[in-house]
Amino acid sequence: MSQHNTGLIDRFSVALCEWVIRHRWWVIALSILITALIASNARLLNFATDYRVFFSGQNPDLVAFEKFQKTYTKNDNLLIVVRAQDGRNLDAEMAGLVERITEEAWQIPFATRVDSITNFQHTIASEDELVVADLIKNGAQLSPSALADAVTRALQEPLLNNFLISPGTDTTAVNVTLQYPGKELSEGPVSVAYARQMLVSLERDYPDIKIVLTGTAMLNMAFTEASIKDMSSLTPLMYAVLMLITYFMLRSVSATFATFILIVLSSLITLGAGGLMQVLLTPISLSAPTIVLTLAIADSIHILVTMRELMAKGIAKNQALVESVRINFTAVMVTSITTIIGFMALNFSDSPPFHHLGNMTAFGIAAAWLLSITLLPALISVLPLKVPVASSQQQGQQFFDHLADFVFARPKKILLSFTVLIVVFSSLAFSNQLNDVWTKYFDQSIQFRTDTDFAIQHLGAFYPVEFSIGAQGPEGISDPDYLKTLDEFVIWLRSHPYVEHVYSLSDIMKRLNKNMHADDESYYRLPEERELSAQYLLLYELSLPYGLDMNDRVSIDKSSSRVTATLGDVDTIQTREFIADSRAWLQQNAPEYMWGKATGATQMFSYIAKRNIESMLKGNVIAVTLIALVLVLILRSFRLGLLSIIPNATPVLVTLGIWALAVGQVGLPVAIVTVTSLGIVVDDTVHLLTKYLRGRREKNLSAEDAIRYALKTVGKAITMNTVILAIGFSVLALSSFKINQETGMLTALVVVVALVLDFLMLPAILCVLDKKTTQHPSVKGA
Amino acid sequence: MISQLTGNTLLLLAALALSSVSAEELEGKGYQIAERSDRSDHGFSDSTATINMVLRNAAGAESKRELEIRTLEVIDQNSGDKSLIIFSSPRDIKGTALLSFAKILDADDQWLYLPALKRVKRISSSNKSGPFVGSEFAFEDFTANELNKYTHKWLRTEPCAEFVCDVIERHPLYENSGYTRQIAWIDQSVYQMRKLEFYDRKNALLKTLEFKDYQKFQDSYWRAQRLLMHNHQTQKNTDLLYSDYHFKTGLDDNDFVKGVLKRAR
Repeated sequence: MSQHNTGLIDRFSVALCEWVIRHRWWVIALSILITALIASNARLLNFATDYRVFFSGQNPDLVAFEKFQKTYTKNDNLLIVVRAQDGRNLDAEMAGLVERITEEAWQIPFATRVDSITNFQHTIASEDELVVADLIKNGAQLSPSALADAVTRALQEPLLNNFLISPGTDTTAVNVTLQYPGKELSEGPVSVAYARQMLVSLERDYPDIKIVLTGTAMLNMAFTEASIKDMSSLTPLMYAVLMLITYFMLRSVSATFATFILIVLSSLITLGAGGLMQVLLTPISLSAPTIVLTLAIADSIHILVTMRELMAKGIAKNQALVESVRINFTAVMVTSITTIIGFMALNFSDSPPFHHLGNMTAFGIAAAWLLSITLLPALISVLPLKVPVASSQQQGQQFFDHLADFVFARPKKILLSFTVLIVVFSSLAFSNQLNDVWTKYFDQSIQFRTDTDFAIQHLGAFYPVEFSIGAQGPEGISDPDYLKTLDEFVIWLRSHPYVEHVYSLSDIMKRLNKNMHADDESYYRLPEERELSAQYLLLYELSLPYGLDMNDRVSIDKSSSRVTATLGDVDTIQTREFIADSRAWLQQNAPEYMWGKATGATQMFSYIAKRNIESMLKGNVIAVTLIALVLVLILRSFRLGLLSIIPNATPVLVTLGIWALAVGQVGLPVAIVTVTSLGIVVDDTVHLLTKYLRGRREKNLSAEDAIRYALKTVGKAITMNTVILAIGFSVLALSSFKINQETGMLTALVVVVALVLDFLMLPAILCVLDKKTTQHPSVKGA
Repeated sequence: MISQLTGNTLLLLAALALSSVSAEELEGKGYQIAERSDRSDHGFSDSTATINMVLRNAAGAESKRELEIRTLEVIDQNSGDKSLIIFSSPRDIKGTALLSFAKILDADDQWLYLPALKRVKRISSSNKSGPFVGSEFAFEDFTANELNKYTHKWLRTEPCAEFVCDVIERHPLYENSGYTRQIAWIDQSVYQMRKLEFYDRKNALLKTLEFKDYQKFQDSYWRAQRLLMHNHQTQKNTDLLYSDYHFKTGLDDNDFVKGVLKRAR
């Protein structure tokens, strides 16, 4: 790199801009045509309809869960929760309703099993007869005493109590197991649409009873619904806010209009890129156009602000335009490249929606960059734009003079205090606890959230954690030792404070043993012989009706059985604690073949942030290296290039430290904001250091004067830039989806912290390092 | 060219003729075909066979069970055959025996002998289409194929493997059946079932049963040696492999009573 290259870039940018102005109508037409071509691919976009999209094929938790599901059964579910508006206990009317839901739910597309208190296969025994029948039949016509009898039996049944009926009997639920073939994206939405239709007529017939839908099938729908809500409310808001800021900063309708066109085209291209990549849309990938809007606006603002300043000095519009593009060409290119690197690094994430976000945003930023040096000048040269000749830049300049004086008076003190601050906050950053409760990914504006909160509040048990507990070889589940240990595990699970319900084979075995001994309560214990257990199970299997078999509970060769522990209102920290406790219990009390690992949606989401942090480590290293390399090349200084990492990499740590104090818990976004924000905040440093070096190299200024010169030249522009980014990402924080909220808030905070560091710490560093040397030493490293 | 045209015209005429056929006629035809198939089995009197059951889950893991089945023909059209199933493996359930009197419109009568308990238990349930010992077969899917359990409707005739088959749609009359309907392919040569599709309560395809390797016994009775069931919803499979078929072994009603269960093995 040399002066010669800078000249080359200058000459190229001038030639380009002049060419654009000469062929402005062609440029405008071509930009719109190319955008339309790319954007038309948006028709290939589809919404993701399965929460599993959040886990890559390599995610060990998903791999384990898929294996589990192949052994037992795929378990997407729809939980229909029933509770009287006045909260009364289960009566004949409600029993009738539950029976009707149980019956009708079989008609839900892809339903393979329906469980409720009415169709529960109740077993009673007489001397030589085993009667297996629905627990409640014709519930609406049952006498109060018969119903009370059935309810008592339901509460005595460990498989039902606190799971499909609340202990107070005021709330009950019907669980529908769905098996999606996985061939079409519409499978989930079709089931949910049918269930909702069913609900409409049920609510009409039972106006005094509240019925809500939840479960993973509804979770899958909620992602789509949150996406649509964000698109319809967040996107217009983002446009409105950004246009206001742009107008406020540029004071020109034409300039604002040109910027508007640029960001519209950029965000359309972002969606088209998503279509080209066959992205399955989630609220995360759909934040890409919003993020591109914010970042694209920065490019335009830089060019247009400089142009305005030049025109204020009396330079003609087109001439000012060419000069402004020349001045900003490198900076806009470099900031675009670093931001693209930051977002592309998301491909290292374990969650595919982040790959989508990264690639779509990267594409959109590239488009915004190219449009800002082609379409933007073309539009501006076409549109009427006048700037009164004036000198109004004094206020800002004074502020930066004061700032420089402030730093020069105490550079070492500032450096020391910031070092302490960074160390303290960075260490605090690691005290954030990871929390990703999947029901709380949505705010109260999404029905799934309120319905689920209702279910958790009244039903108690909600988050299932699955275990496949292995036995010693085929048919091993009948081994008395296995059943005994299994039962001990179940007893321990039930004693765990977070566990509300446990579903296990051991309870069925106890009940059968009792049934086989004429319902003698003293036989409510595990059979003592292996053959006895195996034969009871055979008998039970022979008597279960269609759809209520044991295939989802026992592996095909009876070498393992499934235990489901359903947790109450817990967060993922508590879930991980429970999972660790259960592992420890098994390891201490059970033979090794019984050490089944926890699995299922609850388990997967509990570790999603951790998995992503691990997978993003490599992405972070690569992104930081590449960005540092870009800086070294562009600044033509090895030392300053590396140095610039400090004010760029630390803001996110400081932000997370502040977050730890203010909130304390963070989810998935923690894994990704480090790289994405790095690519964004590096802009400020690039602008400052370029000007600093120009001051030292070209103007032969001392370190102090060069810092003052840099602050005064670009201080205002980078402040404006930060304001736009902070406001843009704050709008993202208004998303109904928690991951977007956190990403928005964290990034907004990071850019503000970065500005503070750039204005105070960076000058202090330069001051301390470069003060002793008179000649520009920074160049030596080049 | 001309012959092809005539052929097409004939097809068209046939189609027109078919479309004017009333529902009753289709049902009549369906019943006739089903009855002809049923009749081909009349008089087998009794049979014994060994069944190897191979269960496979979605991951391809296998499990095997071995059982012996004895069947007694019941001539009365309004009641089903009697059967006795004795499990010989896995070891833990060896000697467990199931006696079953198939009913047409009611739940079957079933008794199970548990050797470990040394007791016979009568099973009282409305279950007919629930899975048999964890397999993809319901008990009724592989035992007595009674004519009057269903209404029949002829749908079409089409080639099936090396045969031409009549395709019959049948609706179960038993109220607790897990199926809304079944579609049967019955060949026109020896009138045996070649394929059977099961549709679940929401009328979605649940399972397909294929009948393979038919053999003729006693010069009259056709028996498929391999019954392959595939569950489309869970991707699980079960094969029933028959061997050691014997007919007219001299079994009678006295061999199909509760008391015999303890001795059966």
